[in-house]
Amino acid sequence: MRRLTAVIAAAAFVLAAGCSNGGGARRQVTVFAAASLSDAFKAMTKPFADAHDHDSLTFNFAGSQQLVAQLQQGAKADALATADQPTMASVSVKDRSDIPAVFARNRLVIAVGRGNPKHVQGLADLTRPDLKVVLAAPVVPAGKYARQALAKAGVNVSPVSLEDNVEAVVTKVGLGEADAGIVYVTDAKAGRNVDAVQIPDVDNVVAAYPAVGLRLGSQRAGGEQFVDFLRSPSGQAILRRFGFLPPK
Amino acid sequence: MRKRPPVVIVILAACALLLLVLPVIGLLERAPWSQLGHELVARDVRTAVRLSLVTSLSAAAFALLLGAPLAWVLARVDFRGKTAVRALALLPLVLPPVVGGVALLFAFGRTGLVGSWLAHAGIVLPFTTAGAIVAELFVAMPFAVITVEAGVRALDGRLEEAAATLGAGPWFTLRRVVLPALAPSVAAAAALCWARALGEFGATITFAGNLPGRTQTLPLAVYLELQQRPGVAVLLSLVLLVLSVGVLVLLRGRWLTPRQR
Repeated sequence: MRRLTAVIAAAAFVLAAGCSNGGGARRQVTVFAAASLSDAFKAMTKPFADAHDHDSLTFNFAGSQQLVAQLQQGAKADALATADQPTMASVSVKDRSDIPAVFARNRLVIAVGRGNPKHVQGLADLTRPDLKVVLAAPVVPAGKYARQALAKAGVNVSPVSLEDNVEAVVTKVGLGEADAGIVYVTDAKAGRNVDAVQIPDVDNVVAAYPAVGLRLGSQRAGGEQFVDFLRSPSGQAILRRFGFLPPK
Repeated sequence: MRKRPPVVIVILAACALLLLVLPVIGLLERAPWSQLGHELVARDVRTAVRLSLVTSLSAAAFALLLGAPLAWVLARVDFRGKTAVRALALLPLVLPPVVGGVALLFAFGRTGLVGSWLAHAGIVLPFTTAGAIVAELFVAMPFAVITVEAGVRALDGRLEEAAATLGAGPWFTLRRVVLPALAPSVAAAAALCWARALGEFGATITFAGNLPGRTQTLPLAVYLELQQRPGVAVLLSLVLLVLSVGVLVLLRGRWLTPRQR
């Protein structure tokens, strides 16, 4: 009995110690970011730490709509970067520490298998019955942009799957399970075993990425610093390296 | 005289119960009761429910068809490496379902080990309802193996000997003696497999993708609707909850406890 109590006390102590970790050590800034930002943001960890007292960044990458759903359910984060403005606008004003600012833009391409084995030339080819086409679900920004591009081109596609973020679309094409998918230029660049087929400007859609600091986490200043970093020359250089377009 | 249990144990037990019960209460509390009837008949809700019933019942049937013979072999046949075979058969119980889905892709995907042959024969599993069934079968089958194997072990071997001495062939004995005696464990296995198949998420979304009416089963619909229409997600969750409680009630009716002979 006494031993059991001791074990429980020890467990409680360990838990408490784990939760209240902090005092003086480096700060953990939690950033929620659209899945398509994964590679570029991961590459910012070190430059950001170097510029800001060794603050470390912790990321949660998912479809923008899912990040917002998580925040609405009480998730704690210091900054949010989404792949479109409507999703950002659904974050309550009192949870944001500022007005969201666009820090990067992106365009769409058709992702196909290495060497384009099915000879996809453009959006019109995606209606071919021999092609398995995967899109992001309509709630995902990438899915919404893809539908806009298809509508502009007057193409009616029957996808075989609606993935819950754009990275899953790239994965399905990269694994060879799907023949084509509509993704961002930056996804097809990131060395994911896919090739890109360009979508002409008339049909293409420009995705604007806004970011904002949040009042939901414990490192509000850190969150705002990260948003500033995104628009700083070094942040922009990294984004450019991963294929993102400047904010304007 | 009844002994009073130690206070610490009672407190911990109460915490355990709260952890299990509170989510259910939370779900019930959030349910859009007033629109329930209206939402239940909504076309996309019905589509997900119908697809889930089709895939989970098919998966449970296949799990029994294939799992029961494997269980019989494990219980009755002696061979080298039996322990390893049993461990492999039960692997999906502990394997994260997403990993199962990735493994299924590498085996039965279009470019997979067996999948590339199947593709030549015109059979492609990913992104099809059949693929969703395979994903559910993969995670559900171990329940059939475990449950039926225990049933076979508990069988009285003398019944089969008696049947044999009375001139019954092995097939006749299996049909008229072994299977009726196994009925309770087969029924329990069916219920467990079905419940597991119904709740399958990770392997399905990884291997079969997500398309309403084809591969978007109830759990997938819950996950995606939560980001868009939380009310519908809660409703679909209630459907799953009712079905799960139904399985428990069925199982309680003597299926879980071995029948007295």
